[in-house]
Amino acid sequence: MRVKKALVGLALGSLGFLAVGAPAARAQSHVNAPDPSLGAPSVESETASVGGLTGHAAAGKVLYRRFCIGCHGPDGNGEGMNAQWIEPKPRDFTAAVFKCRSTPTGTLPTDQDLYNSLERGFVNSNMPSWNPLTPQQRADLVAFIKTWSPRWAKEKPGSALVIPAETPVTIESILHGRELFQKMECWKCHGPAGHGDGPSAATLTDSKDNPIRPYNFSTGTRFKCGETNQDLYRIFMTGVDGTPMPSFADVIQPNDAWDLVHFLRTLQAESLDTKESALWKTYVAAHRADIKPIGPDPAAGGQ
Amino acid sequence: MSRKFLMGAKLVRWSLLNIAVLGGLISLAMFGGGSATTYAAPAPNIRVKAIPAFARKYGLPCSACHTAWPELNNFGQVFRDNGYQLMNERDSPIWQNPSYFPIAFRITPNWHRESTNEQAIDSIPGGGTGNNTIAGRVTQAGFDLSGMDLWSAGTLYKNISFVLLPSSDPTAVWHFEAAWVRFDNLKNSSWLNFRFGRFELDNLISEKRFLFLSNNGGIYQIYHFNVPGSTNNFGYGDNQIGIELAGHSKNSYTRYSVAMLSSNEGGVNLTTDVVPGAPPSNRTYDVNLAFSQAFNAGSLGLERVGAFSYIGQRPTYYQTAGDGTEQLVGLGNKPFYRVGVAGDFYFNKLEILPLFMYGHDNAYLGSDSPSTTPLPGGAPSPAFAGGFVEAHYYVSPQLVFLGRFEKVNVTQQALVNEGSVPNNYGDVTAYSVGYRWYPIMFSRAGLAFHNEYSISKSVGIVPESGDGTGLPPLFPTNGVWSSSVFIGFDFAF
Repeated sequence: MRVKKALVGLALGSLGFLAVGAPAARAQSHVNAPDPSLGAPSVESETASVGGLTGHAAAGKVLYRRFCIGCHGPDGNGEGMNAQWIEPKPRDFTAAVFKCRSTPTGTLPTDQDLYNSLERGFVNSNMPSWNPLTPQQRADLVAFIKTWSPRWAKEKPGSALVIPAETPVTIESILHGRELFQKMECWKCHGPAGHGDGPSAATLTDSKDNPIRPYNFSTGTRFKCGETNQDLYRIFMTGVDGTPMPSFADVIQPNDAWDLVHFLRTLQAESLDTKESALWKTYVAAHRADIKPIGPDPAAGGQ
Repeated sequence: MSRKFLMGAKLVRWSLLNIAVLGGLISLAMFGGGSATTYAAPAPNIRVKAIPAFARKYGLPCSACHTAWPELNNFGQVFRDNGYQLMNERDSPIWQNPSYFPIAFRITPNWHRESTNEQAIDSIPGGGTGNNTIAGRVTQAGFDLSGMDLWSAGTLYKNISFVLLPSSDPTAVWHFEAAWVRFDNLKNSSWLNFRFGRFELDNLISEKRFLFLSNNGGIYQIYHFNVPGSTNNFGYGDNQIGIELAGHSKNSYTRYSVAMLSSNEGGVNLTTDVVPGAPPSNRTYDVNLAFSQAFNAGSLGLERVGAFSYIGQRPTYYQTAGDGTEQLVGLGNKPFYRVGVAGDFYFNKLEILPLFMYGHDNAYLGSDSPSTTPLPGGAPSPAFAGGFVEAHYYVSPQLVFLGRFEKVNVTQQALVNEGSVPNNYGDVTAYSVGYRWYPIMFSRAGLAFHNEYSISKSVGIVPESGDGTGLPPLFPTNGVWSSSVFIGFDFAF
């Protein structure tokens, strides 16, 4: 009988609280409210296809509210309640501009690209790896992210970049890559030693006019969009949309791109032991006097 | 929290039915006026943990790491396993705003009612002529506070993490519930992490992070059970002190832990407790092994199974001084062990947490005999078996319904030589139901409305409850029913 009384009390207490407290509290914070709190998506229904998985936006919406809303916001525009404290700023899904793609600059990424970004996270940012979520959950989130912009209904993702086989890592390849680093003026942003401190670095902003820093090769073991040589190749052949980092797909040939990859790996010598940096160190020890510094061309009026 | 029962069950019997009124009034007071009272207030029961300091550091909502705080989801588990790091090269304190300090605190103002029958009470309150000891019910109710946790946790440097957790009872008597430093990802491998200090055992089902707060429901009975008569003081749910080597796969689907711990129940000052005046500890070490494996079950969610074993020793007598009045060091150690299996199964919004444990003590511990003397004739090695099944139903990240059934049976009594001990002496059965509702859930603080009812039956012994108080029944064959009703606001900031 006492148990019955207690259970009745528990139930009535619950009902009383939920009836009175819940609606009031819900009205106070749109972030925590159920479905109406999320801004109206541009696309009502969306799916994502990743490998053998099909993600569903409806399921992704629940996950978005649990995991993503604090930074990316209830309207998907990157203006969540934490955004003001975060650098770099969270992605604005309504613009459908994504940094890490396998597709040409200016085009939409593939579902797999978005899935990979969720899985990998973004180094040097507040975006963690969501690898602890199940593959199905990540696919669902990809589907939901695509509901924020009408572009997904009007356009198709670009064709994924085909990455040719990597050329051998040789000192000739590294030296040629170094020439390209000078010639293409990569150093202006990334700095002569790849420290992210080039003369233009302080002036850079992203597509939303937020200050942005070039990648510092000397301290990083991972890149924004991956960590392998293939990832690095893809980054500068597709560009990092929404940032000043352009695509070089129309500027250099694949073999040249691999040479540049091999040289960039030598800039990581302070934080990572790579085959490229080992080769480079050996070369430098024997040819130090022959190596011209990277930077402004004295013949062009530089120092 | 102390529980000094008052006589006069009639005076408080009405209070159960008033829970509805209380809930409604509190709701109105908090939310009815429409003012957003998101106070930066403390909040939980001393047994549970949630760390808004991390949410503030990383800008993630509570729900990113918790199914319902303080219980961790797999993302939170990975974060914890990584040494409270997101592994984005921004975990070292050097990346934080200098004004950021990793502090979180928690306490739970509450109203609760405790009622226990079969208590040996005076027939005449105050005693006197004609007084007899009779079996009666003791019931008390009122507004109260939980203990308080003052968490500091985070990283000292990349891949060096720490926790410092001073914890108090409701009267602000403090102790160090946890304090450790951990060297993470040794040799750049998530499989090698070394921890040193006082910490919770690597339980698949954590009692420190669970969702129950009442006196009876706020513990797992099996985690603190010892066969009546045994001198063993071990509790699997209690924090222990020592070192741990632990590891995990990148997504923490696979996890292991090997810990070597002082044989003193996590005591400090080389004693057997965290409070002054505790008996001295011995000089041996215990070992805890834990392993778990998770499986992706598609739309159902993540399913995890695991096993654990704890092998320890406890003293049977002490080196003494002052003609035996002063205990110096525990001696004559005799072994005991606990083994078990557990699971964490998701069926979409329904989570089921089963656990089974078997415990066994050496006969010297069971008979309270110094190891230097022969065992009393027929003294057995006491043993018990049991566990629980807990269920959570997540209506949303902000509302979870809870239920739990617990059963512990003594399979071998320790006090067989005393003749009058029934076979079920010490057996425990417990039921708990409740819910938690989180009106706010963001990256600065947490607030939960908690409503719970729990009842336990223990045969012949003092009920094991959160405050550890109460009286044994008049007769060892009698079952003692102890119930708790709990309504509170669980704050974490």
